Amino acid sequence: MIKFLLMINKQGQTRLSKYYDHVDVGKRAALEANVVKCCLFRKKEECSFVEYKDYKLVYRQYAALFIVVGITDDENELSIYELVHNFIEVLDKYFNRVTQIMFNLDKVHIMLDEMILNGCIVETNKNRILAPLLALDKMAES
Amino acid sequence: MSPSVRLQEMIRVIRSARTQGEERGLIQKECAAIRAQFRQSDNGARTHNLAKLLYVHMLGYPAHFGQMECVRLIASPRYSEKRIGYLGAMMLLDEKQDASLLITNSIKNDLSHSSQHVQSLALCTLACMGSAEMCRDLAPEIERLLGASDSYIKKKAILCAVHIVRKIPELGELYTPLACSLLSEKNHGVLHSAVVLITELCERNPDTLRQFRKTVPELVHIMKGLIMSGYSPEHNVAGISDPFLQVRILRLLRILGRCNDAASDAMNDLLAQVATNTDSSKTAGSAVLYETVLTVMDIRSESGLRVLAVNILGRFLLNNDRNIRYISMTSLQKIVQTDHTAVQRHRGTIVDCLKDQDASVKRRALELSLALVSATNIRTMMKELLVFLSTCPPELRAHTASGIFIAAERYAPSQRWHIDTILHVLITAGGDVRDETVPNLIKLITTASELHCYTVLKLYRALITDISQQSLVQVACWCIGEYGDLLLKGECDDIEPMQLTEDDVLDALETVLQSHMSSPASRAFALTATMKLSTRITNNVDRIRSIVSIYGSCIDVELQQRAVEYNALFKKYDHMRAAVLERMPVIDKSSPGDTLGDLTGEVTKDSSLSKPVPGGSTLPLEPASQAFDLLDLLGQTDTVPEASHAESAAAPDPAGPSTGRDLLDLLGGLETTVVPSVTVYEKGGVSLKLQCDSQTETAVTLTFTACNSTQNDITKFTLQAAVPKSIQLQMKAPSGSVLPAGGHSAITQTVVLSNPSKTNLKMRVRLSYSNQGMVCQDTVQIDSFPSPAWT
Repeated sequence: MIKFLLMINKQGQTRLSKYYDHVDVGKRAALEANVVKCCLFRKKEECSFVEYKDYKLVYRQYAALFIVVGITDDENELSIYELVHNFIEVLDKYFNRVTQIMFNLDKVHIMLDEMILNGCIVETNKNRILAPLLALDKMAES
Repeated sequence: MSPSVRLQEMIRVIRSARTQGEERGLIQKECAAIRAQFRQSDNGARTHNLAKLLYVHMLGYPAHFGQMECVRLIASPRYSEKRIGYLGAMMLLDEKQDASLLITNSIKNDLSHSSQHVQSLALCTLACMGSAEMCRDLAPEIERLLGASDSYIKKKAILCAVHIVRKIPELGELYTPLACSLLSEKNHGVLHSAVVLITELCERNPDTLRQFRKTVPELVHIMKGLIMSGYSPEHNVAGISDPFLQVRILRLLRILGRCNDAASDAMNDLLAQVATNTDSSKTAGSAVLYETVLTVMDIRSESGLRVLAVNILGRFLLNNDRNIRYISMTSLQKIVQTDHTAVQRHRGTIVDCLKDQDASVKRRALELSLALVSATNIRTMMKELLVFLSTCPPELRAHTASGIFIAAERYAPSQRWHIDTILHVLITAGGDVRDETVPNLIKLITTASELHCYTVLKLYRALITDISQQSLVQVACWCIGEYGDLLLKGECDDIEPMQLTEDDVLDALETVLQSHMSSPASRAFALTATMKLSTRITNNVDRIRSIVSIYGSCIDVELQQRAVEYNALFKKYDHMRAAVLERMPVIDKSSPGDTLGDLTGEVTKDSSLSKPVPGGSTLPLEPASQAFDLLDLLGQTDTVPEASHAESAAAPDPAGPSTGRDLLDLLGGLETTVVPSVTVYEKGGVSLKLQCDSQTETAVTLTFTACNSTQNDITKFTLQAAVPKSIQLQMKAPSGSVLPAGGHSAITQTVVLSNPSKTNLKMRVRLSYSNQGMVCQDTVQIDSFPSPAWT
């Protein structure tokens, strides 16, 4: 199962965090700092899967943003790698510019909830993921 | 009004804070404002405030005061407020908080709400943080939703059911009948969730697993549909139709097919089809192929299919994408034990990966290479591994070195090759090898008697180039000391000869003695080697004498002790020097415990050398007198073939007989010696004896034997022991608690004492037993033990 999903910028600041396996609030900062250290200092030629403690990290870099997903050993790493890309494509479809993501974090949470539930993938079709969000927007306008 | 407007402002302000302190100040101000507004129960701004609070929480600041607000917002009828309330509940609440119980009722109501979106919110929250009680309450609701509603809600309800099953496994039976029927859905989201549910149910309960084996044909059918279908715009990812679902189904098939022939047969065709038809040029296809390979390896597949799977992995190894190479090596690692020959075919590629840039790939390649070493390919593999050792990252060095040693020991084609390999490793990575390498190598060298000349020349050369690698220095010093005469002869068949004078050799040893890079152990080796050379060389004995006497006043106690003893050997016992410093016999390779095991027939000097704080230091600080005592014992004899050196620290019995032969017997018998037992307590017919089983530097094993010589049986016999604080005590289980009358049988109990700081050993033992109904207790203090223990 997926343990957590983090969006981190190049300076190491967490922009978004979602935990599917409970971690105490006090320990979260330390966990994020460690994870960031592992991923940020890898060179371009190194592969995207890192073994960290007793689970694995899958990370992908998009411009100044790193998406890191922590998974347990029984997940297929390549499929999570694809999932991250799918997530980025969904974000891309809804928001026009990356900065908008930062100011609309609640919407990103809604999107993520549509895609991943309780550590498992629930929906991967972009239209279906965005449907409730678009409905909500329409309700807000009217 | 969307809650994000004021949130955006706040985010902008916080991001513009330049220091951590400034940020903290801003956030504290915001939190105070939010708290004030919460207390006012102001309707309009509640959602904004909670949104801001959630952002602050994500940054790591405390936000627990928002919990009640979440509960209030969840209960509100408006969707936007519910939305934020549920999000807050997922982030701020968990099972341990009391407030989570309060939302159970709201969730229950929302699950039967008319609007889909509200229902989905409730499902999401329940799946995320539902506690066991909440799950139990709401399980029937979920079951209803599983059966009735449309696909949007159904898929979420199924994942909620997964969560419930994880929390309360017994409820799995509730969902089992529905799970089968869900497989006939068309919607991929529902299918995906259904497969997850079935996987979870099967993993929890083996009976359910048997039940679900019936679904294998249906799953196979779905997979075939997915592979064969043409381009479907809804689920297409890089040309593969819904790879996520395919991967999930393959994993379920793996669980169902494990250890079951019938199910595995049903899957064979499908797996072959997937393996051949999937396009692996993009990651999505590779993901599906990877899962297929894992499934093939795990179930009872036929051999043709297994070969196909290994070939796929081999193809992955040649792929340009680093991720895929890493994946393939991880999988090959899992199967190298079972399908060894198949993996051997790809050995060349694996060895090439040792040179890859990526550290994870290198590590995997190393593990695989070590697993693939065999008697046939040992020479080529070793060459590659040695090259790798010189270039590998430091964290892998120790592992590589030990792997090389194990492989060399198992498959060495010749002794000379073995010695060469170990020397090479010591020269490249001497700092990272384990401590037992030095004695192991010395053992190896002594057994290869025809290679002594070659070895010592090589070691000498290595020593004069570099004295920083301690293991290498220690082995080299030992060899030069032992085989110095061969070194000076200078000629040897396999290696180019060197003309050395005695001064050169002594110079080398002196450099080691004086260099600041040498560890105390290395200097001890060098000093002893210098001493040994005094019998092997003819001209420079005076130089050796002067070196030895200089170190008689060295600050390092160990060196000082040795130097003084050697001095004594020069002065008073010169006639014995030749015998004492003779060539050592071949070390018995099979003895595991070096310190005690080496006593038979060889100078304990060697064993004491191999430990940095050798047993020699347990002798008191007037080494000379102790040495003289023992030497006196030897003094009356003529040359004893296996001489026992003054430093035989493990010879505890000073009152030994005066002939060397008996002394030897005593030393030889020490391994299996029955150390006399001492009676520590004798009263009222009950006696307690103590004997020392084994003794190493920091641990002693004692056995207490209790005996009863009265007319009555003694019951409930127990021993309690106390030791000073710096010593650790471990008492094993006693052999019994009843002492029959007349002393026919005894109770024994083993006690292990660990004394790392080597303090004086004292022990207080309390016996308690019941004799004819009366309970007796007694305490006895033990200050002296059968063998001298660190006094």
